[in-house]
Amino acid sequence: MTINIILNIILGVTLVLAAAWTVMTARLLRSVIGLAITSVILTIIMFRLNSPLAAVFELSVCAGLISAIFISCISLTQRLTDEQAAEKQKERFSKFWLLPVILVLAGVALYQLPITLDFHLPAAPTETDVRNIIWNLRHLDLVGQIVILLAGAFGVVALFKD
Amino acid sequence: MTEMPQVFWLFSIVATLLLITGFYCLIVTYNLVRALIGLEILTKSVTLFIILAGYITGRTALAQALAITLIIIEVVVIAVAVGIVLCVYKNIKSIDGRLLRNIKG
Repeated sequence: MTINIILNIILGVTLVLAAAWTVMTARLLRSVIGLAITSVILTIIMFRLNSPLAAVFELSVCAGLISAIFISCISLTQRLTDEQAAEKQKERFSKFWLLPVILVLAGVALYQLPITLDFHLPAAPTETDVRNIIWNLRHLDLVGQIVILLAGAFGVVALFKD
Repeated sequence: MTEMPQVFWLFSIVATLLLITGFYCLIVTYNLVRALIGLEILTKSVTLFIILAGYITGRTALAQALAITLIIIEVVVIAVAVGIVLCVYKNIKSIDGRLLRNIKG
């Protein structure tokens, strides 16, 4: 087992643990911090899988912008009192105790699956430059992204127009 | 090159576990913000699957283009959904989804 595989296993396990903590923790703010940590670990994995540009997007947008959106949303809502938080914590335990069990069982079951990985890779990569793919080969995607961004912006304006 | 099947196998399992976590969160929770967090975890799983497919087939550039598109869609969906959650909070002073069951019209 090489150092690369050990590092990949550590990153994978940390990613799942961070996601599980994000879902299970009681306070929403901690949950958002957990989501940002999940994004950072995913960024490292993406760097290791030879996708640096998408990794930078993931880091800046998902770990940065989306966390800021969630934190501003939480700050605009009312904070729970300590009694309510304690009650919620009990409720959360009854709801979420099954998740770690399911994750461990699913992980073991998937690891034991008798699947043979027969890699006959397809033809050699035709284009290796991301910029060329985005601007020349898949420029319709760009139009779609611009339309979605505008739709989102108008949607937010329409929601808060009063 | 010999590590490639192991990398694929490992991160496929990780992405599947992320998918399970996100779905579990969406099914169990009634808090609207936490439901959005579950949705985020689901999209992270899909991003990982896309990047993994690009890594395995050697088409990382195409996979990155698709992942960037997915990230942009994700941000817009979250921004609009958070706006809707805030509007709900303004009206019913709660972000509990159970209180929305009697909405009419």
